[in-house]
Amino acid sequence: MMMAKPIRPEPPAKTGERLLDVKGLTIEIETRNGPATIVDGIDLHVDKGETLGIVGESGCGKSLTMLSMMRLLPNKIKVTKGEANFAGRDLQKMSNSELRKVRGGEVGFIFQDPMTSLNPVMRIGQQLAEPLIYHRGMSKAEARKRAGELLRLVGIPGAEDRLDAYPHELSGGMRQRVMIAIGLACNPQLLIADEPTTALDVTIQAQIVDLVKDLRDKLGMSVVWITHDLALIAGLVDRINVLYAGTVVEDAPVDALFANPSHPYTQGLLASIPKLSDERSTRLSSIGGTPPEPGRRPKGCPFAPRCPLAETICHERVPALEGLSHGGAHRVACFVAQRKLEAA
Amino acid sequence: MAAQPLMRIEHLVKHFHVRLGAFGERAATVHALDDVNFDIFEGETLSLVGESGCGKSTTGFTLLNLHRATEGKVIYQGKNIVELDEKAMRPYRRQLQIVFQDPYSTLNPRMTIGEAVGEPILFHKLATKAELKDRIATLLADVGLPPRFASRYPHELSGGQRQRVAIARALACQPKFIVCDEAISALDVSVQAQIINLLLDLQQKYGLTYLFIAHDLAVVRHISDRVGVMYLGRLAELATREELFEHPLHPYTKALLSAVPEADPAHERSRKRQILQGDVPSPLSPPAGCRFHTRCPIAMKVCGKVVPEWREARPGHMVACHAVTEGLPG
Repeated sequence: MMMAKPIRPEPPAKTGERLLDVKGLTIEIETRNGPATIVDGIDLHVDKGETLGIVGESGCGKSLTMLSMMRLLPNKIKVTKGEANFAGRDLQKMSNSELRKVRGGEVGFIFQDPMTSLNPVMRIGQQLAEPLIYHRGMSKAEARKRAGELLRLVGIPGAEDRLDAYPHELSGGMRQRVMIAIGLACNPQLLIADEPTTALDVTIQAQIVDLVKDLRDKLGMSVVWITHDLALIAGLVDRINVLYAGTVVEDAPVDALFANPSHPYTQGLLASIPKLSDERSTRLSSIGGTPPEPGRRPKGCPFAPRCPLAETICHERVPALEGLSHGGAHRVACFVAQRKLEAA
Repeated sequence: MAAQPLMRIEHLVKHFHVRLGAFGERAATVHALDDVNFDIFEGETLSLVGESGCGKSTTGFTLLNLHRATEGKVIYQGKNIVELDEKAMRPYRRQLQIVFQDPYSTLNPRMTIGEAVGEPILFHKLATKAELKDRIATLLADVGLPPRFASRYPHELSGGQRQRVAIARALACQPKFIVCDEAISALDVSVQAQIINLLLDLQQKYGLTYLFIAHDLAVVRHISDRVGVMYLGRLAELATREELFEHPLHPYTKALLSAVPEADPAHERSRKRQILQGDVPSPLSPPAGCRFHTRCPIAMKVCGKVVPEWREARPGHMVACHAVTEGLPG
């Protein structure tokens, strides 16, 4: 089935139905001193029609988690435990040929750097047509027509003429639009965007965020947007997961997260963003220290060594991600935050 | 802020000559900087913002004479430093320092931190060998690193720690002026805040003047006294931080500010962004007249023909825009 026009004109309904469900996923890297844990039993999920933001600093495992689901991890990095279910099927147990149908078909990807993700010696049109021919069994002519439509969809001026261009002939913003078009080529149910705007200028960044927002509403897909920039996704996502050292430390609807950040790490992250109202030379609040390196994870809560509120228990046991509000939509993995709630 | 500028930049031009085509058969000129004018006052933080390729880093490099200026003057202590040769430049080098974006590639991986920080001290003969160790320890303490770091190598340090070392190395020469070229852009948010605080502390302690080159407007708004906005090799607007963020005059500044995300979901969902159409034109053949006219929402006929004059629209608020000039009385 091929559709030239947006499938669903109305914004997607949030059904509460799980599209992606990751449970207890553990990723290890082989080092000279034996295996070291990078992602530690992570749980996360995305509902149908939902947009999830995954926020964390470099090395927190946000990209690896997404890559591991598609079994795209580099050598020496392996999933050792856990499952990742997509539309009810475990991606970790799928055969390679089954998985190939999911990659680029039901799940679309946009990576950070379009210069390294696009093939430099292949014309844009061919790169767009490839997934259509492979996943949708289109003929070359059909695929080329659809490729032109996709370029128009992502707002590339003179779309049909650009099909024969090579990546180096396009600007950074245009290349990222091509990446988005490829990610969307097969009408995916889930679009995973891994820092898609980090390399781009602020005005282009705003264009790309608005574009994805617009396309999501038109096409009714779920989106996972991975970023280190909380402000950037504030107006885009429904829910945010904050990652620290390979675990989800806070999971909350976007408004709740900004209004009532409950994990000390989330609070620190939000406080370290300069505000409009700040006087010049007011000190920014910062989080002292640096995240733990893989292989040197602390015994208890991974954030405890940097945490201003850490208590004895935090250094000894790992807190579970538990519900804060009624219905458990806002969850936090912090002994101190959980106890505060019980006391209230 | 003293009335006498520490540095005066007059009609600064930097063109790069490049060869294009598979065999370099076509000569071309990159108009990286064209007729840039501004003053830097002692003790202030002046930021330059703009998108990649706008010439903000080239400005930093050219005014330190790291790139040879094509035309124009940079007056520092009564001397036009951009016409000095390397030897005549040396006494000024000590006073004018730079911190780069990537602390991974600017530190020599085979030199210990102590050696890296000590090198400029010995080069400029600012301390004897006997005093050196103490001096290095003081500098490391200034940037918040314990003295034992002196014997470590760059690969043993985190990105934030390396940037602290790069700052210590710049401070080693007891400079007056530091160009921070995207000095915090590669760092994570929480670490970025640490380095911003450090830069502000050091400025107070040593009376430093900063030229801060960055693309993150939230950070720029936080640390600057004055902000200059660049577009395609020219300054579009320059004003105090309050003036620029509260009353931007140039249409490019307005578009740039409207693209900055705020950490407020309700505000972000409802805000109407002024999205610029198209891409930045190539600096190989910049548009005639106002360089922004090809993307400007309020461009007039004159904008494509005449370069707008760099003039004071309000006290201390410089702008180059025909539409703004027309709206002014007189």
